[in-house]
Amino acid sequence: MSEVFTTAVMVAVLASAIRLAVPLLLAALGETFGQRSGVLNLGVDGIMLLGAFTGYYAVLKTDNVWLGLLAGAIVGLILGLASAVIAVTLKAEQGISGIGVFLFGLGMSDLLFQKLVGTPIPISQFPQLDIPLLSDIPYIGEIFFQHSLVIYLAFLSIPVATFVINRTTFGMKIRAVGEYPDAADTLGVSVAGVRYATEIIGGTLAGIAGAVLAITLGIFQQNLTNGAGFIAIALVYFGAWRPTGIMLGALLFGFVNALVLELKTQEIIPRDLSNIASMAPAIITILALVLVARRFRAPSALTKPFTRGK
Amino acid sequence: MKRRSITLIVLIAALALVGAACSSDDVGGDDFKVAVIAPSASNDLAFTQSMVDAANKLVEDGVIGEVAVTDGTFVVEDAAVAIRDYAAEGYNLVIAHGSQYGGSLQEIAPDFPEVSFAWGTAADTFGLPNVFSYEAASDQGGRVMGIMAAALSQSDNVGIVGPIEVGDAKLYVDGFEAGVLIQKPGATVNINYIDSFSDVALASEAAQSLISAGADVLSGTAQMTVGAVGVAKTEGVAWFGTQSNQTSLAPEIVVASQVYHWEHMLEEMIGKIGDGTLGGELYKITFANEGLVIEFNDDYPLPDDVKQLGEDAIKVFEDEG
Repeated sequence: MSEVFTTAVMVAVLASAIRLAVPLLLAALGETFGQRSGVLNLGVDGIMLLGAFTGYYAVLKTDNVWLGLLAGAIVGLILGLASAVIAVTLKAEQGISGIGVFLFGLGMSDLLFQKLVGTPIPISQFPQLDIPLLSDIPYIGEIFFQHSLVIYLAFLSIPVATFVINRTTFGMKIRAVGEYPDAADTLGVSVAGVRYATEIIGGTLAGIAGAVLAITLGIFQQNLTNGAGFIAIALVYFGAWRPTGIMLGALLFGFVNALVLELKTQEIIPRDLSNIASMAPAIITILALVLVARRFRAPSALTKPFTRGK
Repeated sequence: MKRRSITLIVLIAALALVGAACSSDDVGGDDFKVAVIAPSASNDLAFTQSMVDAANKLVEDGVIGEVAVTDGTFVVEDAAVAIRDYAAEGYNLVIAHGSQYGGSLQEIAPDFPEVSFAWGTAADTFGLPNVFSYEAASDQGGRVMGIMAAALSQSDNVGIVGPIEVGDAKLYVDGFEAGVLIQKPGATVNINYIDSFSDVALASEAAQSLISAGADVLSGTAQMTVGAVGVAKTEGVAWFGTQSNQTSLAPEIVVASQVYHWEHMLEEMIGKIGDGTLGGELYKITFANEGLVIEFNDDYPLPDDVKQLGEDAIKVFEDEG
């Protein structure tokens, strides 16, 4: 048992937790913008899948990981725009339309992969960027400062998102539209315009999350995300619609996953209990959701289409 | 006399033609249609691809006329719809390539008594006369790989990434572990079942965890291991593959792959169907019947003595029959 908790092992677990958390973090952050403005997008996983395939394919063809990231972002942006048209302009039931977007992304990413690529072909991965001096700090350096640039940028996006939501005019409009759309409309805020913007931000971040996943793994496969988009949506609730809370949730989810893997490797968890242990991240997330749901409330206008005068 | 001779020759020729037509050597034919229903993608470099490749080979060789594939049916209910549709469309052999499809097949097969079904990997035909079952002795290849892995390992520590501890995957992992311990009884074998056939990211982190624990040789089974191969490549750790040839994923580090060649088994099965036996029998691919083949990566600098150990182990299985 003591071997599990050696410093080297815990460093490896924490570094793994950070890698596992990043795609969830980016997708959940994007979804937060949408939900804070009153739009629920259950299609995050589908957008991630198409972002993942597009990013993968762009790297396969150009051998440039940054072009792959850009390609994933553009596809995410387009799907975010499409989601906004469905949810905001057409006022479709958001849960159902989101499932539609998910199924579209799941099917289309696989179809494109089959037709354009065929057999999985490895691609270049993001290069590791050791932060000078900081990466040399014992233990801390390996956990936090020996990752790729996208991982640092993902964590930098937390304070940026917090600032945008809480300290800018745009953020104030997002919150107003998500809580009191009628009042916001009366004050001249374009409810539809704000919701379009947040859906596009959400889609773009989901596309980037998918591309980050594929390029970090260096491969694409059918249903690569394995439901990560749905976990990201749960993390928005877990984090109480706050970027910092979402980051903590993503890190907790990544940490529990990484710890369970390590406990299995060390055979601390017996093999016949392996499948039960694998449920731990989901169980912890559900328990946390129950606790959070009691303390925080969702934006008042979440999932409610806006029609002036109604 | 001459007329009688001619009549006799014609009669013999006719009988020979009828005999040839009934012979099990003349299996399948252009009208014989096979359907494959499988859980992951046709090109997963693993379980599904092994069967799809085998069926396509039979088409290329003219053994059968057509193969239809429905892949990506992780959802068993979707697979059940496909199985029933193919049977209703008159396919001669419907292959439900996944042990999870057994329950569905048990319900569907009795409704189509003239259609032959195959189910694997499993060793149960449910007592139905039109269901074959098949499995791979993947523990044999696992043991061969384990012996070579142990011989290659400098740290005497090898790791295995598994999906869920069942069926074919468990057989392979158990065989691999046994092989390592035969070669180096004191070696450490860390096994990490991630409890998913599809989570590539988790398989990747499992490989990272095994390497952190000291493994300098890795192996793994099922389609999610493409992520683990990527980690092995980045870390410069040797990899042993199974189910399909995984060399293309990382020619630098893939040592060898145990490849399933289901085509011999399918050919035999189709011959049986031609003879009127639609099911009720179990098949197992092994080294002895050439259903299992170890394909070495010629670009990997495998020491001759290690390769010899593997070949000796294969010979033991071939001799056992």
